[in-house]
Amino acid sequence: MIARIIALAAGFVALVTLPYWMHGEYYINVSSQILFSAIFALGLNIIAGYGGLVSLGHAGLLGIAAYSTGYMLQAGFGHTLAILAALVIGVASMAVYAVLALRATGIGFIMITLALGEIIWGLAYRWISITNGDNGINLHGRPEPFGFAIESARNFYYVTLVVFLVSFAAVTVFVRSPLGAALMGTRDQPRRMNALGYHVWAIRFWACMFSGLLTAISGILFVYYTQFISPQALDLTASAEVLLMVISGGAGTLFGPIVGAALVVVVKSVVSGFLERWNMLLGFIFVAIVILMPEGLVPGSARLWRLAWRRLTAPGKAAVPEGKP
Amino acid sequence: MTFWLLLTINSITFGGLLFLLAAGFSLIFGLMRIPNLTHGSLFMLGAYFGATFVGGLLGTVFNFWLAALMAAVLVAAFGALIERLLLRRLPGQPLAQVLVTLGISFIVADFCLMVWGGDPIAVATPESLIGIVRYGTLAFPLYRIAVIGIAAVVAAGLWLLLDRTRLGAMIRAGVDDPDMARVVGIRVSQLFTVVFSLGAGIAAFAGVIGGPILSVYPGLDQYMLPLALVVVILGGSGSLVGSIVGSLVIGFIYNFGQALLPELAYFVLFLPMLLVLLLRPQGLFGRFVP
Repeated sequence: MIARIIALAAGFVALVTLPYWMHGEYYINVSSQILFSAIFALGLNIIAGYGGLVSLGHAGLLGIAAYSTGYMLQAGFGHTLAILAALVIGVASMAVYAVLALRATGIGFIMITLALGEIIWGLAYRWISITNGDNGINLHGRPEPFGFAIESARNFYYVTLVVFLVSFAAVTVFVRSPLGAALMGTRDQPRRMNALGYHVWAIRFWACMFSGLLTAISGILFVYYTQFISPQALDLTASAEVLLMVISGGAGTLFGPIVGAALVVVVKSVVSGFLERWNMLLGFIFVAIVILMPEGLVPGSARLWRLAWRRLTAPGKAAVPEGKP
Repeated sequence: MTFWLLLTINSITFGGLLFLLAAGFSLIFGLMRIPNLTHGSLFMLGAYFGATFVGGLLGTVFNFWLAALMAAVLVAAFGALIERLLLRRLPGQPLAQVLVTLGISFIVADFCLMVWGGDPIAVATPESLIGIVRYGTLAFPLYRIAVIGIAAVVAAGLWLLLDRTRLGAMIRAGVDDPDMARVVGIRVSQLFTVVFSLGAGIAAFAGVIGGPILSVYPGLDQYMLPLALVVVILGGSGSLVGSIVGSLVIGFIYNFGQALLPELAYFVLFLPMLLVLLLRPQGLFGRFVP
């Protein structure tokens, strides 16, 4: 417990002081990318990890929030209104998603969300008169929350960090709340939960809403970071990528999606600078994770760590193979 | 009138190609309950192999049909490896299955980019099928008509296999009720390998056949995979009739959508899939709800 608090505090300090020890604007920008991708992954983890509802169309929702922000700004509204509208539209789209997709669970849920994601991608890609097709929409300028200019990499990082920490705290509270416990109940034993008098559908629906809110927040940060939104940000590969962040880090854990987001973003943007075949590397990493740590990096490492710790502290016991007389 | 007829022929051709792609996907999905997200990659890999064989490998230029068969065999072996080494370890774990199949599709896509580069490669139309068929004032490319014939032959072959052989009966039993099939002594896990590698082989064959029409380029996998999904969800997984009807419907919707409503082409493509999922989750001819 104490070790955990120390680790958390160290992580917090490292994140806050990051722009001072991380050299170069580029790496600070990569860190911002990790943070808003982590918010996205945390959002997907709510339903995929804790709810057992795997969505392969979440990038579509991110795209809706990002496109909404882009439109509102293009139409001449201020940043505050644009962000509010993007949040409302993003969550409302998630409500439509949820009502349609929650008719099924398991593979059916994957397929419906995939279809919805592809529909949104298709509209963004082909409905050129509205979305400008492949050329996308350009944004100009970033907002100034409370008079704090965030044009520079460092300041944008700090704003992203604050949003990330708030989101992470919200997810932690949610997971430990009765609603979070009920959600995990519907994942593991939906029929028993139903028999106990829980409204399984409603629990899943509200979990989806929370996931949609986090996704919309991440979409807004994304579009302000890149200053540009095009259909590429919401295609099947993008949906797959965020799902891979969740699964590779460890679905249904608090830190897993963050580690997964860091892994994917680092391989995509940093390693790709050194290694031409980074996509292949990412593929091999995913396959290796499935073989070596099927539960994901965070729970898998924790398991290995506990195993090693036990070996170290009780050498006599570890020498006897378990299960043999 | 000519316009509509040409569009119809193109739709049926594309439907035939989709059938070749989706038939294996549907069997894999139906029997193993695995969303095989590598299927587009297997199609692309087959197409690249075919393009290489037809274009000449180590100084030998292969006959188109031989090239298609060789590509199918190679990719079928690759599929069997995937099933034996990876998917076998993950029964009933959809998250891990998604992770591993997507991981393989990343690897295959990057491998193709590394070996064949980023430029599209055209697969030469077999010489015997170059030319056009005339009917009155209308002219159709002969190859497109031939694709319809090939798809029909493969469909007939699959029907014979599934409906008239012992292996087919075992596969059907596995699709309908895997647990009961195990109880009566069918080795369902061996069927998994057979079906997965068969599906992979047909997908690769489809890639070569589609080569002269679609050509081969990076991203072909991500283009084909959603189409296979739509077909299977529309038709119902594990059903041959479902694959045929589904691919024809999608062939028509896709071509007519592109021609008449270019801005909403993808919307009209995925809308029927959504409707089917909501109203009849097992698909039009499906045997079970996924």
